[in-house]
Amino acid sequence: MRALTWHGKHDVRVDTVDDPEIINPRDAIIRVTSTAICGSDLHLYDGYIPTMKAGDILGHEFMGEVVEVGSGSTLKKGQRVVVPFTIACGSCFHCGKHQYSACDNGLPADNQDIAQTIYGHPMAGLFGYSHMTGGYAGGQAEYVRVPFSDVGPIVIPEGVDDDKVLFLSDILPTGWQAAEYAQIEPGDTVAVWGCGPVGLFSVQSAFLMGAERVIAIDHFPHRLELARRFGAETINFEDSKTYEALLEMTGGIGPDACIDAVGLEAHGFFADNVIDQIKASTFLGTDRAHSIRQAILACRKGGRVSMPAVYGGFIDKFPLGALMEKGLTLKTGQTHVQHYMPGLLNAVLEGKIDTTFLISNRLPLEQAAEGYRMFHDQQDEVTKVVLKPGMDLARAA
Amino acid sequence: MSDIRTFRGDDAPLTTAKDLEPTDATGPLGKPKGDSLVGKTVTINRPREQLYRFWRDFSNLPAFLDNVVSVEPVDEGRSRWTVKAPAGKTVEWTSTITEDRPGELIAWASEDGADVPNSGRIDFRDAPGGRGTWVTATIAYDPPGGFIGKVIAKMFQREPAIQARRDLRRFKQLMETGEIATSAWTRRQYEEEID
Ligand SMILES: NC(=O)c1ccc[n+]([C@@H]2O[C@H](COP(=O)([O-])OP(=O)(O)OC[C@H]3O[C@@H](n4cnc5c(N)ncnc54)[C@H](O)[C@@H]3O)[C@@H](O)[C@H]2O)c1
Ligand SMILES: [Zn+2]
Ligand SMILES: [Zn+2]
Repeated sequence: MRALTWHGKHDVRVDTVDDPEIINPRDAIIRVTSTAICGSDLHLYDGYIPTMKAGDILGHEFMGEVVEVGSGSTLKKGQRVVVPFTIACGSCFHCGKHQYSACDNGLPADNQDIAQTIYGHPMAGLFGYSHMTGGYAGGQAEYVRVPFSDVGPIVIPEGVDDDKVLFLSDILPTGWQAAEYAQIEPGDTVAVWGCGPVGLFSVQSAFLMGAERVIAIDHFPHRLELARRFGAETINFEDSKTYEALLEMTGGIGPDACIDAVGLEAHGFFADNVIDQIKASTFLGTDRAHSIRQAILACRKGGRVSMPAVYGGFIDKFPLGALMEKGLTLKTGQTHVQHYMPGLLNAVLEGKIDTTFLISNRLPLEQAAEGYRMFHDQQDEVTKVVLKPGMDLARAA
Repeated sequence: MSDIRTFRGDDAPLTTAKDLEPTDATGPLGKPKGDSLVGKTVTINRPREQLYRFWRDFSNLPAFLDNVVSVEPVDEGRSRWTVKAPAGKTVEWTSTITEDRPGELIAWASEDGADVPNSGRIDFRDAPGGRGTWVTATIAYDPPGGFIGKVIAKMFQREPAIQARRDLRRFKQLMETGEIATSAWTRRQYEEEID
C-alpha cells in the first residue's frame, strides 16, 4: 500500500510499504477514505517529538471502510467508521472510568518504559505518533490495522459525508473536552489561545456550553476571522498586548476560564519564548510555553485554566505562584475521544456543530508531503488539510 | 500482605528499600537460590482466583513471559523450564513448587545443579476498593558472570526489574483484554517481534 512516512525533520514521503494484516483477535483493518494532518503532526514534522524512527507511518485522524475483522471484533465488513486517535482497551480500570487516554493496556509492554520513566506512568497508545506512544502505524495510508476495534471506532450512518464526521477522530472531541474542562458557567467570559482547529472547536463548544463571551487570540487574520464567525471577539497578539487587552475587555476581572490551544510550538517573539527557543535548541528545556504562562497570568482569581495543548517535557518559569495564589484550577490531558464520540456524532447529525468550515485543502494521499509543507508554511490560509487516498490525482490538480 | 513485607519503620515493601537485602524479602521461600532480587506489583482488574488459576497452569506462562520458551510438567509439583539464551541457544532447568496456596500464592525454586539458580513467588491479593487483584512477582537469581551471565542478561534484558515489569504488564493485558498489545502491522513483523 501507499503511506506517508517520516524520515526526519521536514522530511516526509509517500512510500510503498507492506499492507497491514489482522494480528490480534480484536483487530480490524480499515481502508482509509479520509485522513487529516493535525497540529500535533507538525510537532513531529518539526522534530520536537523523541522516539521517532525513519519509515514510521504518520496520521491519527482517519476514517474509512471496514475491510477485514478479527474474531473478537464487533465491526462488520463494509461498515464506515471513524477511528479515535487514542488506542484504548475498554476493560481496564481507567477505561471503566472513561479515562480512555489513560488506558493501561493500549501500549505494547516494551513501549511503556519511556513514559513510565518521564511521566511516572504509561499512557494509552496513539496512532502514528512515535514509539513512546506505541509505535503504531498511522492513518495517513491506504489501510490501517486498528486494535481494540470493538471499543474504539464509531459506525457512521449511510449517506453522511466524510468531511462532516472525520474530525470526531480527534480535534472536535479535543475542543469539546477543552471547553468542558473550563467548567463554563452562565455569564462567563472564556479566552482561547490559538485559533487552529482545536482552538476553533473550543470556541464553538464554549458557546454551546453557555459562555456569554469568547475571546479568541491568534496572529493569523484568517484564523481570527473564522473565530469571529462563531461569535468570538478577537485579539491579534501582534497588534495588541494580550494580557492588557484581556483585562480591559473584562473590566479588569480577567477571563473566567482560559483555554490554551497552542502548545509546545508557540509562535511570537516574547522574551520568555526566545529563552525557551534557545534552551530547546540546546536541550536545556524542551517546550516553548508562552501561551500557558499568559493564560495563568490573565485568568481571573479562582478561575479555571484548561490546557488541551500538547506539552511533552519540562518548562521552566512556570508561574506556579500565580496558579497557587489565585486559587486556579488547571485541567489538561490527551482527549478521552471514545467518551465524547457518540454525543458529538449526534450533535453533528442534528446540525448543532459544523465541522466542514475548517477544511481548507483536500488532496490525494500522494500529495501528502505537499500538504505538510503547506500546513506548516501557510498557517493562516491553510487551516486543515484532508488527504483522500482514493482521490484522483488529475482531479486534484 | 505481611509476609512479603518486613516492617522496618515504614509501610513500603522491602523490594523498594534503598539498601536491599534479598534474604529478608523472599520470606517463606526459605533460603533463596541467588542473591539478586526483583519485586514488582501490578493491579489487574480481574478476580484473584481467575489469575491464580491461569498462572498455576505453567504451560500458560510462555504466552507472556518474554524469554520463556516452554514449561513442561515433569510430575506433581515439578516442571522443566526452557529459556532463551544468546545465539539462538536455550538453557533448561527443573523447578519445584515450594509453596502453593490456591488463590493466594505460588512459590518455586530451581533444583540443585541448575545453570541459572533461581527462585520466585507470585502473590495474589485483593486490591482495595474493588479494583481487582494486586499481583506481586518476587524473583531471586544469581547475578551475571561468564556464559551464564550472558544468559541472565538476555533473560532479564540487562535490567531484571524492567523485564519483570514488562512481563507483568503482558500478563495484565492478556487477563484484562484477552490479547497482548503489539504495534506490528504484518504477520511477519509480529513473528520477528515475539521470536
Ligand atoms: N489534548 C489532545 O488530545 C490534543 C489533540 C489534538 C491536538 N492537540 C494539541 O492542541 C494544540 C493545537 O492544535 P491545532 O491542530 O489547533 O494546532 P495549530 O498549529 O493548527 O494551531 C495553533 C494556533 O496557535 C496560534 N498561536 C501560536 N502562538 C500563539 C500565542 N502565543 N498566542 C496565541 N495563539 C498562538 C498559531 O498561530 C495557530 O493558529 C497543539 O499543541 C496540538 O498538539 C491536543
Ligand atoms: Zn490530532
Ligand atoms: Zn483500558
